[in-house]
Amino acid sequence: MTYSKRNDGRKFDELRPIEAKAGVIKRANGSAYFRIGKTTAYAAVYGPRDLYPKFKQNPKAGIIRVNYSMMPFSGSGERVRPGGSRRSKEISMVTEKALLPVLNLEEFPNSVVDVFIELPQTDAGTRCAGICAAAIALADAGIPMKDLVAAVSVGKVDDKIVIDLDYSEESYDAEVADIPVAFVQRTGMLTLLQMDGPVTREELKKGLEMGREALKKIYAIQKKALKEKYTGEEK
Amino acid sequence: MNESKAHLLKSLNENLRYDGRGLLDFRKIEIETGVSKSAEGSARVKLGETEVIAGVKMELGKPYPDTPDEGTIMVGAELIPLSSPDFESGPPDIKSIEIARVVDRGIRESKAIDFKKLCIKEGEKSWIVTIDIVTINDAGNLQDASYLAAMAAVKDARFPKLEGEKVNYKELTETKLPLTKEPVEVTVLKIGDKLIVDPSTEEEKLIDARLTIAITEDGRLCALQKGGDYPLSLDEIDAMIGIAAEKTKELRSALKAVKPTKR
Repeated sequence: MTYSKRNDGRKFDELRPIEAKAGVIKRANGSAYFRIGKTTAYAAVYGPRDLYPKFKQNPKAGIIRVNYSMMPFSGSGERVRPGGSRRSKEISMVTEKALLPVLNLEEFPNSVVDVFIELPQTDAGTRCAGICAAAIALADAGIPMKDLVAAVSVGKVDDKIVIDLDYSEESYDAEVADIPVAFVQRTGMLTLLQMDGPVTREELKKGLEMGREALKKIYAIQKKALKEKYTGEEK
Repeated sequence: MNESKAHLLKSLNENLRYDGRGLLDFRKIEIETGVSKSAEGSARVKLGETEVIAGVKMELGKPYPDTPDEGTIMVGAELIPLSSPDFESGPPDIKSIEIARVVDRGIRESKAIDFKKLCIKEGEKSWIVTIDIVTINDAGNLQDASYLAAMAAVKDARFPKLEGEKVNYKELTETKLPLTKEPVEVTVLKIGDKLIVDPSTEEEKLIDARLTIAITEDGRLCALQKGGDYPLSLDEIDAMIGIAAEKTKELRSALKAVKPTKR
């Protein structure tokens, strides 16, 4: 058995359809909506604002605090219980680390930039969709940034290296590896790298290169969403 | 009386709201179904800039001992910090608990859903319909927006396929929820001696009292909830019910127009 054709008919290096929008939540300082296939994410940024409890404050620079959450009805199976799980706490943490390298928070000592990521509908790739939305929202909030961050999952389904796995591929009945990655385009540096499942060193290298290529497209879409808001093309 | 309240009252006395609406005008109501394909039913409601999403998930459970031949509903509301600088992370606070319970009672007490039809095997197995409401942007009146979203999501919902003891969430059947009527909730608020509906965030902070009223198509009241720090007179309550009866017509026609999404 080999995975010769993708379940949804995409090419192995092809992304699912993407939609991005900046400034979708008026109460927030910055916000974004990001859809990749059937996975949808909202991100809202509040701050920089005072950080409490006070002992967490850093007098040298502001900090970023991410909260990733799946809405209770967003899972493909049973209802997801609201409130944090171990999984959502870990994803929140790696998302912070994925975004931090592009932020200049020195101007905001003792403050926090809060990023809230919420997913109404999921079909795999949620942490990457969350990071893509968060990067747009941070820029929309006017937080000083060196660049945007774009993220996508790379993977291996049976014997094929693929980009942007959907749920049917993640749960495919064969050897599957899921590798979410985030890149900063200007520097070519990775800010997120996780992996579940077996690959060889060569396969990983190939996958990361394919990922970087695909992320150029996502990066362009992120920039376009911001331009649309700020060049008066907004309705 | 503080200054901002005096200022608002002055404007209301001229029958004018800060956003130009009349006292009993709702903002533009938009309802869209099928906004989360992971859910068995879902809807987005916008009241002006206020935006909430509701989703229905169905689970199997054991009927309560006192109603062995009935299934049930469970309503939750999450006022998430994504939607307002005033909301914090953590377990549901009293505001979200009240919103969820008032939505629950509007649906439950009107007997809008035939709970007996949710029973699969008496005393052993029944459907539990969970309705979760999540706020996207709070620009006031989350209560009425939440109610509309919950009802629209219920109307959009389909039972998942039952395969023996297990639910196959991948396949939805054509069977809708057993909805017998469409009760609607409207909240009427009192500021000074003025009554308004569909408050903005600003107005909400300055109100004296509020009354949420659930009304079915035949004009019967099926649930009430008074809120706010000040009391209401009998005359005021009667006037509020009159306003709600009028306003539910508008909301009901918005809800009637809701079509379940094709799947």
